[in-house]
Amino acid sequence: MKVTRDVVEKIAELAQLQIPDGELAAVSEKMSRVLDLVEEMQSADTAGIEPMANPLDATQLLRPDVVTEHDQRRLYQDIAPETKDGLYLVPKVID
Amino acid sequence: MTTADNMNGWEIVIGLEVHVQLLTESKIFSGASTRFGAEPNTQACAIDLGMPGVLPVVNEAVYPKAIAFGLAVGAEIGARSVFDRKNYFYPDLPKGYQITQMDHPIVLGGHADIMLESGELKTINITRAHLEEDAGKSLHEDFQGMTGVDLNRAGTPLLEIVSEPDMRSVAEAVAYAKYIHQLVTYLDVSDGEMSQGSMRCDANVSIRRFGETEMGTRTETKNINSFRFLERAIIHEINRQVAILETGGRVVQETRLYDPDRDETRPMRSKETANDYRYFPEPDLLPVLIDEAYIQDVRNKMPELPSEKRIRFEREHDLPEADAIILTSTTQLADYFERVAATGGDSRLAANWVRVELLSKLNKASIALEEAPVSAEQLGSIVTRIRDKTISGTIAKTVFDGLWSGQAESADDFIASHDLQQVSGTDELEPIVSAIIANNPKQAEQYRSGKTKLLGFFVGQVMKETGGKANPQQVSELTKKLLT
Repeated sequence: MKVTRDVVEKIAELAQLQIPDGELAAVSEKMSRVLDLVEEMQSADTAGIEPMANPLDATQLLRPDVVTEHDQRRLYQDIAPETKDGLYLVPKVID
Repeated sequence: MTTADNMNGWEIVIGLEVHVQLLTESKIFSGASTRFGAEPNTQACAIDLGMPGVLPVVNEAVYPKAIAFGLAVGAEIGARSVFDRKNYFYPDLPKGYQITQMDHPIVLGGHADIMLESGELKTINITRAHLEEDAGKSLHEDFQGMTGVDLNRAGTPLLEIVSEPDMRSVAEAVAYAKYIHQLVTYLDVSDGEMSQGSMRCDANVSIRRFGETEMGTRTETKNINSFRFLERAIIHEINRQVAILETGGRVVQETRLYDPDRDETRPMRSKETANDYRYFPEPDLLPVLIDEAYIQDVRNKMPELPSEKRIRFEREHDLPEADAIILTSTTQLADYFERVAATGGDSRLAANWVRVELLSKLNKASIALEEAPVSAEQLGSIVTRIRDKTISGTIAKTVFDGLWSGQAESADDFIASHDLQQVSGTDELEPIVSAIIANNPKQAEQYRSGKTKLLGFFVGQVMKETGGKANPQQVSELTKKLLT
């Protein structure tokens, strides 16, 4: 299945990735090959088989409802680009 | 009925998404605290911050709560509960995706039977309820053109309850939201503190001509955090849509925000590309299997539901429906009433005192029941003394005021120290009644010559003389006897 340039651009935008114009063709080619593989797999008969949510045949272990993490704000904020009054500062977004 | 209901032949169609914060100590995928009101980012750990290499582990406490809700609304419980990723970029969501449930939610179907103002029940169907994590909070105030982010809320467990578009008026939408609120607080699924964000609603609103079977284009108004705002936001949105359609315009499907300061909804900045969340199964978490025994265990531990309690109150305490509805509005009030009734030995009297005197005092003082200075046992002791005729209903109010202002520990102490016992012995009352008759010869004469209505006058005089402490029935009988 051919992944067109438009599709690559849309996916890149959703993923907030910048793909230089010169690389679009190559990316589209690679993505098409992945989808070709998927298409091949689609030919297997999966009628009546419940889709898996995870390849491991296991179920989730749960955690008791106990507070185990304590305040390490200073440690985390030391590596943040910008903070103020305990807040992480990011470029202005209004939505 | 609000002004926005039944407008100009437009039918209103409302569906609600209610986000309820589950009452847990720690977050849904991390061991950070969920306590409200902490300093910014002091409860945001490496997992909540989406640091590289961290893995989520599910908090076991979310399951009994979500399942209890599901059972209470008659839903099917998803035996295999799977988490999915919902991908979008926003600074209050540091991972770049929200862990939620798409295809295999924990609660499937169910219904809420809400009571309309007419007293009729209406069934609102519930589509589903799923577990998910909350995002953080963005503060757009002045940080030199920057946005401040507090991630204490990130990872807080939520149950998102999605209704069918079954509501046909603003009143129904508010009644449904209140129903969900009552249910989750009864079940201890959530503290329901709306001012702290523990319950928020998104309202999907559309209008269409009556008789039309196709749905109109809907808008979604997000993050409404009070019943009043819910009402205002929907009214505003209906009026806006009616105005658009009646002038030949077209409603645009979009997400809007309600601004309580201006009492209007306005569009959130529309993204250049339509929402495309690219859901896929969360690879960091395995499916959680819920077996029948687990569900049964939750069922066995469920408290009495509001509707069950109401019916029991009507039957066991012989209360009218209206009283039962008020007294079962919260578990705290219902428990308080039952303790007053048990101590006082008279359910109807207890119901009256709780419903009328207690609630109006709480209302006047603007305090919650938990802060009431009169305990259920103290109020019960007042009821006991009314019942055994130690005091009259009028004097009881004085006793209640006395206990409320902390002048005594018990009704009996206050009655004794203020000498309020009802005077009811013939020996005590007879001299008083005789004196009143002697002092009012004219009225006595008129009474004897047939003007029996004057009995009230004499009883009144005696009550005045005794400071309201005489037993009015006995006074009446004595007066009749002494006047003949």
